[in-house]
Amino acid sequence: MNAITKRLVDLRDWVDERFPLMSLWNEHLAQYYAPKNFNFWYYFGALSLVVFGLQIVTGIWLVMNYKPDADLAFGSVEYIMRDVDWGWLIRYLHSTGASAFFIVIYLHMFRGLMYGSFKKPRELLWILGMLLYLMLMAEAFMGYLLPWGQMSYWGAQVIISLFGAIPVIGTTLSEWIRGDYVVSDITLNRFFSLHVIALPFAIAGLVLLHILALHEVGSNNPDGVEIKKLKGPDGHPLDGIPFHPYYTVKDLMGLSVFLILFSAVVFFAPEMGGYFIEANNFIPANPMQTPPHIAPVWYFTPYYSILRANTINFLWIDAKVWGVIFMGLGVLIFFLLPWLDRGAVKSIRYRGPLFKGALGIFVVVFLILGYLGLLPPTPERTLVAQVCTVIYFLFFLLMPIYTSLDKNKPVPERVTK
Amino acid sequence: MRRLIATLLLVLAPQLALANEGGLKLLKADVDLNDTASLQRGAKMFVNYCGSCHSAAYMRYNRVGADLGIPEEVLKTNLMFTTDKVGEPMRAAMPVADSQEWFGVTPPDLSVVARSRGEDWLFSYLNGFYSDASKSTGVNNLYFPSAAMPHVLWELQGVNRAVFNTHTNPEGVQTQVFEKFENEIPGTLDEAQYRRATRDLVSFMVYMGEPAKLVRYALGVKVIGFLFIFFVAAYLLKREYWKDVN
Repeated sequence: MNAITKRLVDLRDWVDERFPLMSLWNEHLAQYYAPKNFNFWYYFGALSLVVFGLQIVTGIWLVMNYKPDADLAFGSVEYIMRDVDWGWLIRYLHSTGASAFFIVIYLHMFRGLMYGSFKKPRELLWILGMLLYLMLMAEAFMGYLLPWGQMSYWGAQVIISLFGAIPVIGTTLSEWIRGDYVVSDITLNRFFSLHVIALPFAIAGLVLLHILALHEVGSNNPDGVEIKKLKGPDGHPLDGIPFHPYYTVKDLMGLSVFLILFSAVVFFAPEMGGYFIEANNFIPANPMQTPPHIAPVWYFTPYYSILRANTINFLWIDAKVWGVIFMGLGVLIFFLLPWLDRGAVKSIRYRGPLFKGALGIFVVVFLILGYLGLLPPTPERTLVAQVCTVIYFLFFLLMPIYTSLDKNKPVPERVTK
Repeated sequence: MRRLIATLLLVLAPQLALANEGGLKLLKADVDLNDTASLQRGAKMFVNYCGSCHSAAYMRYNRVGADLGIPEEVLKTNLMFTTDKVGEPMRAAMPVADSQEWFGVTPPDLSVVARSRGEDWLFSYLNGFYSDASKSTGVNNLYFPSAAMPHVLWELQGVNRAVFNTHTNPEGVQTQVFEKFENEIPGTLDEAQYRRATRDLVSFMVYMGEPAKLVRYALGVKVIGFLFIFFVAAYLLKREYWKDVN
């Protein structure tokens, strides 16, 4: 051991006597045993953490030059794009990061559905993840107002006015959210505050809880086998390997692939054909002029489709209110998954044909709803959206039945290769 | 099943890229940002023809000079009519009150118009004017009907007449379908020269919409190149570590 290494070790020990440095390191990285059979789908948890970090860092630099003022906001974004050194890069990293966040989160959630990662004992882990998803949606929605373009403005106007559909308290509630009768400078200021302080704090806290809950119960895996059941003489799971270094180096490899794809968008197609940055958002917000077609950004479109699919007044309640109710339920129903699923096995590998079929149909329906949400409605499209909305909810509501009837395959004792 | 899929595809197919209410296809701008001479010509056209009424308030003169290789002296004598400070943004020469009175609207700022409208739309618009005595400006536009803007480039292009054909659909509804332009009064440029000139102008506006576009692609190639090398290193590292798993 040379002199420098000895100094560093001494420093580490000095800290460790005053702070649980080594025990934290061991508990969560070096001695955290993860199943050795993680596949492609297990990159997205770590990747969403990286994207969160990226959004925080780029966000800090954007705030240095952004002006949350209805008269200045649009211009300050262009100032960042032109006059701030590397401002264009920071802004594109942030705008692309927003979409990338939803891509990795949707894939992360789909992984959970496929391998039953929400099932006992990971119900709370799932719920914390769902809360994160809700916070992320709020964060994205409020962030989208800040460039103060036409789509920022009218998207916010439409979504906030939805709260106005709620009986009795609706009008008061939507005014309370906006702080005004229409989306205005006041709305911009409070959304800015929530976007850069309150929600990032909430997300960071929930991420911590999510990881703590994960490390308490241990990671699931593509076989849905609990690796803690079989331990070797050293007390470590037979099918587990320390997260560090094995998964840190593996995730580093996954990260580099992700960054290649991410950079391709940032440098060669930051608008992503209008899906990541909409063309109409390069027109400054104008409260006097409603754009002919208001489409939310792609990550909200499945729910937007569900909202628009409700066209029937029913039980003295307006179709618009049903739309809001079903849109809300469409997100919230994910919370109930651990209790809707009565299947005895976790992983799709050992599930019967009923669950496999249902999940396949659900994915197709989710994608169709998302696609329809980007397009202006026509009677045919609305009909397709209505059929898809019904199937969307049947996936959840019939789950207790088809998962109990399903012919599952035997689950192996140990994880497979 | 196949019919179901076909029906679904039909319903889900995005609307064909329609230019406007008339269902016209846009002309292709084919902008080339590497063609600095074209950008310089476009800048000159912009300040001479657009800049009197339209501002480009997010674009500074010295940035144009630096990006397009125009020396400060040339910039001052040839491109700057509203200010003599090179660090100033490109403001319109016409006061807002006058524009309200003359055109009924304030001409929009054009800094990022190429990003909201798209290059093909701008190119089509500049090539879409035709004479129409019913309009106060004497012209109408094929791609932006009843636009408030007069045909500022008419001296260059001359004046065109639009020929419409009347189409009758099976239900007996008649629609006017554009067929072609016919030149009424020749301009100082012929058709090909005018297209080139408007292409230069649109190129400059695309540059102005996002000056970073000039450096973005080249930097992207370097970044992704580095990431490929990083990937190989990460892959080898992972393979080395994972040898002792199993």
